[in-house]
Amino acid sequence: MAKRMGRSGGARPKDRTTLAGAGKKMRDCPKASGVQDEDPVGRLKRNERDSPRDEQAVEFLGAKTGVGTMTEPKRGGEFDIAVVGGGLVGTAVAWGLARTGAKVAVLDEGDVAVRPSRGNFALVWLQGKGMGMPEYAGWTRASTDSWAGFAEMLLEQTGVDVAFRRPGGFMPVLSQAELETRANAMMRLHNQPEMVRYPYEVLDRAALLKEMPFIGPEVVGGTYCPLDGHCNSLRLLRALHTGLERSGVAYRPNHRVERVEPRDGGFRLTTAAGEIRAGKVVLAAGHDSARLAPMVGLEAPVRPQRGHVIVTEKTAPFLHHPTGYVRQTDEGGVMIGDSFEEAGFDTTLQPGVSSAIAERAIRFFPLLAKLNVVRSWAALRVLSPDGYPIYEQSATAPGAFVVTCHSGVTLAANHALTLAPMIAAGGLSDAFKVFSARRFHVPQAA
Amino acid sequence: MFRRLPDIAGDRVSFTIDGRPAEARSGDSVAAALLANGVAACRNTPVSGAARGPYCMMGVCFDCLVTIDGTGNRQGCQVRVAPGMAVETQDGKREAGR
Ligand SMILES: Cc1cc2nc3c(=O)[nH]c(=O)nc-3n(C[C@H](O)[C@H](O)[C@H](O)COP(=O)(O)OP(=O)(O)OC[C@H]3O[C@@H](n4cnc5c(N)ncnc54)[C@H](O)[C@@H]3O)c2cc1C
Ligand code: FES
Repeated sequence: MAKRMGRSGGARPKDRTTLAGAGKKMRDCPKASGVQDEDPVGRLKRNERDSPRDEQAVEFLGAKTGVGTMTEPKRGGEFDIAVVGGGLVGTAVAWGLARTGAKVAVLDEGDVAVRPSRGNFALVWLQGKGMGMPEYAGWTRASTDSWAGFAEMLLEQTGVDVAFRRPGGFMPVLSQAELETRANAMMRLHNQPEMVRYPYEVLDRAALLKEMPFIGPEVVGGTYCPLDGHCNSLRLLRALHTGLERSGVAYRPNHRVERVEPRDGGFRLTTAAGEIRAGKVVLAAGHDSARLAPMVGLEAPVRPQRGHVIVTEKTAPFLHHPTGYVRQTDEGGVMIGDSFEEAGFDTTLQPGVSSAIAERAIRFFPLLAKLNVVRSWAALRVLSPDGYPIYEQSATAPGAFVVTCHSGVTLAANHALTLAPMIAAGGLSDAFKVFSARRFHVPQAA
Repeated sequence: MFRRLPDIAGDRVSFTIDGRPAEARSGDSVAAALLANGVAACRNTPVSGAARGPYCMMGVCFDCLVTIDGTGNRQGCQVRVAPGMAVETQDGKREAGR
């Protein structure tokens, strides 16, 4: 049968095959275990209502910060700020920087780079996030709250509709034990001091059936968070790039940055296509920030974590809410994720893993079995040791910032509307100390 | 729009197009049978709704998608027509349950 190919983030094209076929293959495969849930946390029970302090915290860390202005004179070069990396993180920051009136350049390596911005699952997701770092829950919540306005601004500026929807997200589960584990984890998450709470519900099978009458017989229930949503993340990247162009940002592809050095009160960047000077530099180079950060007294100890994604042919809309592992896109294709694998920089598609995620998706939603698969791929998450973002300004080379995170789609609104204005204005507020890489220096308990 | 070549033989095969009785020759692909019956547009695209019909006839363009015996999004040019087969033109996206 003919092949239909697509490429994305190290994608490997794959024969057109039905999901049921993929699932069958998986059952014979001894190595089909690289599958976990989207969020390692879990879920819970009551519908927690926001308390007044939540609002404060959201405002404090969140998107309500005003747009900063360039207060410092331009020093050290042709650009006020050079952003290294044109993925979702770099373009969101650059887009926000441009709004402050700064003269910005975005330097990107090119199509050979490992780039999850082209291969992700497109959730704008809150449910389950923040265990061990409640500030991250607040930061994520603020971004999901700002997302609709952010999408609106992109549409107005560029005409690109990034298809943001926030109908609430489900995490269906296949056993009672799993449901309890999730419920307890969500409870522990929300019992943390300083937690920015968000509403969620634990649903039994009957309640889930009302929303999704087509769930499989093994589904015992699930959790629901009304603040979860999703978008079309390829269009998000396109909108950001179009927006950069419209606001006069210099986008320079094939400018892999080899070296960054502080020079004359600014920075000198040595790239594959010549030298660039800028007053400030923002390192948002995904995996390569690990190499670049130490050059300016920063750290970004990120590692690749592989995830597989499968996309089916377009079908009539039936799945009206995203779930952590299956969602229907605005155009009708069904995306199936996601696996968590430690495999270095290898983006080779593993049939065993695709089969495992296909098989699990069919257990949740048996009607998927008949659908044809049009593409599948593996992409590499940019993961810090604890999975939380790193936002920091260099102490030894002020004006150099590092920005990296695991959920660049979800956090795009915050990066553009909150983080960028602070960078433009000269520094991150104290609330960001928690996101410093210095947290990794704490000696490991024996 | 299309006429059969004079030297193409084959037994007559009865099937249906959107429930209407139609006739093909054994060996015809579903796409060829549709064209021979004057059905040039066999579907509308899922996103813009534009009309599409069999184009490459060799399995690469996916423009010939139809519903065959209840299963949506089948490539008409890659399936041989069979007696009693129910072929349906497809309006936009396939239904997930079919
Ligand atoms: C399978 C999978 C599913 C995911 N699902 C979701 C999800 O549902 N929701 C969500 O919020 N997030 C999700 N993510 C995460 C999200 O995709 C990433 O957080 C985001 O794409 C990271 O963007 P980035 O710009 O940091 O990295 P990248 O996409 O790697 O971009 C970095 C850019 O820097 C460039 N570059 C690299 N080195 C240099 C250099 N030396 N000089 C110049 N340029 C350089 C590259 O060309 C690249 O364009 C998922 C990730 C994966 C892998
Ligand atoms: S006509 Fe091109 S794939 Fe069938």
